[in-house]
Amino acid sequence: MFMFEKAVVGGRRYWSWLGVLAAVIALGFASYLRQLDQGLAITGLSRDVTWGLYIAQFTFLVGVAASAVMVVLPYYLHNYKVFGKVTILGEFLAISAVTMCMLFILVDMGQPARVLNVILHPTPNSIMFWDMVSLSGYLVLNAVIALVTLTAERKGIAPPGWIKPVILISIPWAISIHTVTAFLYNGLPGRSFWLTALLAPRFLASAFSAGPALLILLCMILRRFTWFDVGREPIQKLALIVTYAMVVNVFFVLMELFTVFYSGIPEHQEHFKYLFVGLEGHGSLVPWMWTSVLLAVASLVLLLVPRFRHDEKILAVACVTVFLSLWIDKGIGLIVGGFVPSPLGAVTEYAPTLPEISIALGIWAVGFLMITVFYKITLSVREYLGA
Amino acid sequence: MSIDRKTFLRITGCGLAAALAGSKIAGLIAEAQDELTTPDPAALKGRRWAMVIDTKKCLKDEGCDKCIQACHRVHNVPEIADARREVKWIWKEPFEHAFPAHDPEHLPEALAGRPVLVFCNHCDAPPCVRVCPTKATWKRASDGVVMMDWHRCIGCRYCVAACPYGSRSFNWSDPRPHLVQINGAYPTRTKGVVEKCTFCDERLARGQLPACVEACTEKALIFGDLADPGSEVRRLVRENFTLRRKPELGTAPQVFYLI
Amino acid sequence: MRDRPWILLGLVAFLGLITFPIWYNQAAGTTSAAPELQKAVKGDTCIYPTDYMRASHMDVLMRWRDEVVRNDKRLVKIGDKTYNMSLTSTCMDCHTSKADFCDKCHNYAGVKPYCWDCHVDPALLKGGAGERAALRAPGGQHVD
Repeated sequence: MFMFEKAVVGGRRYWSWLGVLAAVIALGFASYLRQLDQGLAITGLSRDVTWGLYIAQFTFLVGVAASAVMVVLPYYLHNYKVFGKVTILGEFLAISAVTMCMLFILVDMGQPARVLNVILHPTPNSIMFWDMVSLSGYLVLNAVIALVTLTAERKGIAPPGWIKPVILISIPWAISIHTVTAFLYNGLPGRSFWLTALLAPRFLASAFSAGPALLILLCMILRRFTWFDVGREPIQKLALIVTYAMVVNVFFVLMELFTVFYSGIPEHQEHFKYLFVGLEGHGSLVPWMWTSVLLAVASLVLLLVPRFRHDEKILAVACVTVFLSLWIDKGIGLIVGGFVPSPLGAVTEYAPTLPEISIALGIWAVGFLMITVFYKITLSVREYLGA
Repeated sequence: MSIDRKTFLRITGCGLAAALAGSKIAGLIAEAQDELTTPDPAALKGRRWAMVIDTKKCLKDEGCDKCIQACHRVHNVPEIADARREVKWIWKEPFEHAFPAHDPEHLPEALAGRPVLVFCNHCDAPPCVRVCPTKATWKRASDGVVMMDWHRCIGCRYCVAACPYGSRSFNWSDPRPHLVQINGAYPTRTKGVVEKCTFCDERLARGQLPACVEACTEKALIFGDLADPGSEVRRLVRENFTLRRKPELGTAPQVFYLI
Repeated sequence: MRDRPWILLGLVAFLGLITFPIWYNQAAGTTSAAPELQKAVKGDTCIYPTDYMRASHMDVLMRWRDEVVRNDKRLVKIGDKTYNMSLTSTCMDCHTSKADFCDKCHNYAGVKPYCWDCHVDPALLKGGAGERAALRAPGGQHVD
């Protein structure tokens, strides 16, 4: 079944890595069992900050999933051959990221056993319904595409013709998953932090920066630890995409800041104040947010100067800074910042608890396990073909 | 015997159908043929239930919490010490929190910092209903009450994020250990579901006024049908200047404050 | 055919494993004896014949649940009798003990309905000061 036999053959390093991931997953699962028993009271969430780490990770990872389009689109729409070797890596990254998204939604549910009610009582006026549709659709699309193209590659034949339209559908679909995710937040009348039409474009820009940055790092890791080398050119092209997307993202953030602070509407300003200078003596996210800003500035310097970007060692550092900066921005600030202050003006701080963090790490480990196994299969197929 | 032979045979037939075609179909047949469900004839009837709060009367005794006690007792609302995990259906907020658009620096003394009763506004365009992915919360077409179905709620808390009034509470843990006494005629909740005021739908259905209205000795809470031109609530909003919470959001709250 | 003994051994082990519940119940003496349920304290008949109720009471409850909560209908007319659609009043008016009626059979059948996560077992209401303690089930679990 799907060449999984190739995933169970590997060296000591491969198995120890899988072992580490399995241990993190087991720890997360144990914490989740505790959450199932005691309820979401084991998290740091409260009546004012009702979504936190889980939903923020979900939001960030939808972006990572959507970013596969940045390799799929040039390769399939523009026949850009340079991405031939990385396209399937992007698709597998998307599959793993969407799976993590779904797990993060599941662990956030108060009554996970009833989650099928979303399908049993379909409610098209709820954006969450459409999020479910778009995410599961995207998962199926990418799974089919990856399976069919990799199978064809192994057999040394061209993929069947019908896969082309499926791939073409997956391109706007990728945009849709992150747009719908933004709609989850920016249609809420009482939450001024998210009530901006720029949210979806901002989501996409940050996604198209953080996602390809992760893909570059994964390619570099593959080169370091395996025989497989995607080559210099695709990495440089990806770096260019990261650069443009990061510039656009920072531009969007500045647009947001201008609108909020020049208009001077308190309700809109307070969330930014909480995040960047603290509000009513509460400012636990302030160091995080400024770290994100500094990393963003540093990444722009490293990316925009061609000499730095062309040096792969510096590029690796730039990709890490991009990824961390956007992870803090989206994976912490964007969700929590929307809840503080509350619609009644209360400033309640949020910090994830240890069990909550261990559940989140467990889900990340599931994602990395999937990526590892998928990449292992891909490389085994290519090794066999190359031999 | 309440069941005649024909009914009996029909029901046994249903049992057979259940074995053959699954209990769901049988249930539908039984429902269609044998069960005639009706509202209680004593039920209060209204087309658009609404509430007027006379803040002057309410503020006569700032320490009074009869309405809150009555509501929370009858609905098994737990008393949770940790304010971050509180569950509340009706409570008091300082005026400037309930009405943040009003300049707190220059409020009349009679209002600044004074406690105002707040609860679900039973909005005409409720954002919580718009976002719920399972219809676990919905606006009743017959009388405008924004309802909750605790059997259906999956605990995603999207409604909590959507409500601009903080009227919704999530059960972070099992609420039962936090109940000092239990009203056996009303369910408690389980962990992982969202709850809120339902305008006492269970009391309206039996012809009773909401528990808070009944408990208020000052008659500061006036409940009635806003769609009825002759109703007391309609008269009060016609003859007086009233405030609603955040009307600029377009949610059309149905709780009016006489200032 | 050298593998024959191994195959036979495997088959025996497999049969032993899948019939394990039977052996286990035989040994533990927990098998087959149907539970003795509490008799209804009043009335000669249930709202429906016993056979139907035994098999489908959950469907009745689900229909009632939806009618009451979602459709605001509170009464049901079955034959010529009218009932209040309520688990804790109508059903438990006659079947007064959750422990001796509901639980006995549910435990026997190995099902765990979540009705009692929210609906209040009348037994919990007895005993004044002990009330609160009685609600707190061990290990943070639900009272059910």
